[in-house]
Amino acid sequence: MVKSLNHIWNLLEDVYDPEVPVLSVVDLGIVRSVERIDKVIHVTITPTYIGCPAMQTIEKDIESKLKTHQIVDFNIITSISPAWTTDWMSEEGKRKLKEYGITPPQDEPDKSILFAEPIIVPCPRCDSSNTKMVSRFGSTACKAHYQCNQCLEPFDYFKCFK
Amino acid sequence: MTKKEALYNFVLRLGDDSLVLGQRLSELCGHGPILEEDIALTNISLDLIGQATLLLEYAGTLIPENKSNDELAFLRLEKEYVNVLLVEQPNGHFGDTIMRQFLFDAFRKPLFEALQFSTDEKLASIAEKALKETKYHLKHSSEWVIRLGDGTEESRTKIQVSLNTLYRYAHELFFTDESDEFLRQEGIISELSVIKEQWDKTTKEVFNRATISLPENNWKFEGGRVGRHSEHMGFLLADLQYMQRTYPNMEW
Repeated sequence: MVKSLNHIWNLLEDVYDPEVPVLSVVDLGIVRSVERIDKVIHVTITPTYIGCPAMQTIEKDIESKLKTHQIVDFNIITSISPAWTTDWMSEEGKRKLKEYGITPPQDEPDKSILFAEPIIVPCPRCDSSNTKMVSRFGSTACKAHYQCNQCLEPFDYFKCFK
Repeated sequence: MTKKEALYNFVLRLGDDSLVLGQRLSELCGHGPILEEDIALTNISLDLIGQATLLLEYAGTLIPENKSNDELAFLRLEKEYVNVLLVEQPNGHFGDTIMRQFLFDAFRKPLFEALQFSTDEKLASIAEKALKETKYHLKHSSEWVIRLGDGTEESRTKIQVSLNTLYRYAHELFFTDESDEFLRQEGIISELSVIKEQWDKTTKEVFNRATISLPENNWKFEGGRVGRHSEHMGFLLADLQYMQRTYPNMEW
């Protein structure tokens, strides 16, 4: 049975990032394209971080999702260029992140500038901008660890990655 | 020398630097000085191993034997590794670890910035990807150098000694030979002296802020790029290669 490409995208919206399970691979922007070439579906994905240990799981999850929907002629391609950026995260994805308790990426000045002023990362729970960075690296490569000085809750910040 | 041979040498060196420093930092997993730094250093390790995976994969395609990245990472002899001596130096105390990281990051950032415009597409795409993370690593390591240098009397003394010890290994980052010259003429890599200028600028600024100074004794160690390693390398490789040597072709 020939499925439309839209149908494939819909299926992929139901495949979740194993480390941030509220975000689908589409929300996260790691599915770069879905094409049909000679009846074979080509899904191109890109890693968030270069050593992201979730990539293999994500590939397997996409595979099993397509197979359970009787799609068998497909090919999953991993591409690293152009390199992933948090700009590719959907607005819906950012909303879901905040709801889940992770502050979505904020606009940050160019990281190549050393000694830049720290950016304001609002608390996902009480929206206070009175927060402090606890550690530049958090529970996964894509997150930093913060604490809110207002409601005192610790929280993760999904780093801006450009 | 063919273009492929020169490119293999270059990519292998980059890949080995990432692999060996990634391995060193992974030793700190569960042993970091504080929980946050344990997580930070192992995250950096993960990025470096990710770089090594791509670089060694590419290197393997450039030789007639067509080797996999696992073969290159796990099944070479010590003298066949071409990483700089700096990255194989032991973790020491936290100041040593962070100083080694800073000297390396300050080199890698301008290097990847230049390589992302390489005429070799594959190399350019790996550099473009790795650059984003390297910027973040540099931010982290430079802030720690400043905090320790401009910190207490004890932390300043210690980080100054770390610099005195490790600075002697930093010069090898700018090692070049006929492979580099060949690739430069082909437009695949740019002049390393430009990277050196940027490295000098970054390190000078950070050391000024950290109130520490460059060592007067400017003895230079090198040899890693041509396979002559320090006494630490064998122990590192024993750890790195143990599983593949004991259970050949084992897969996770």
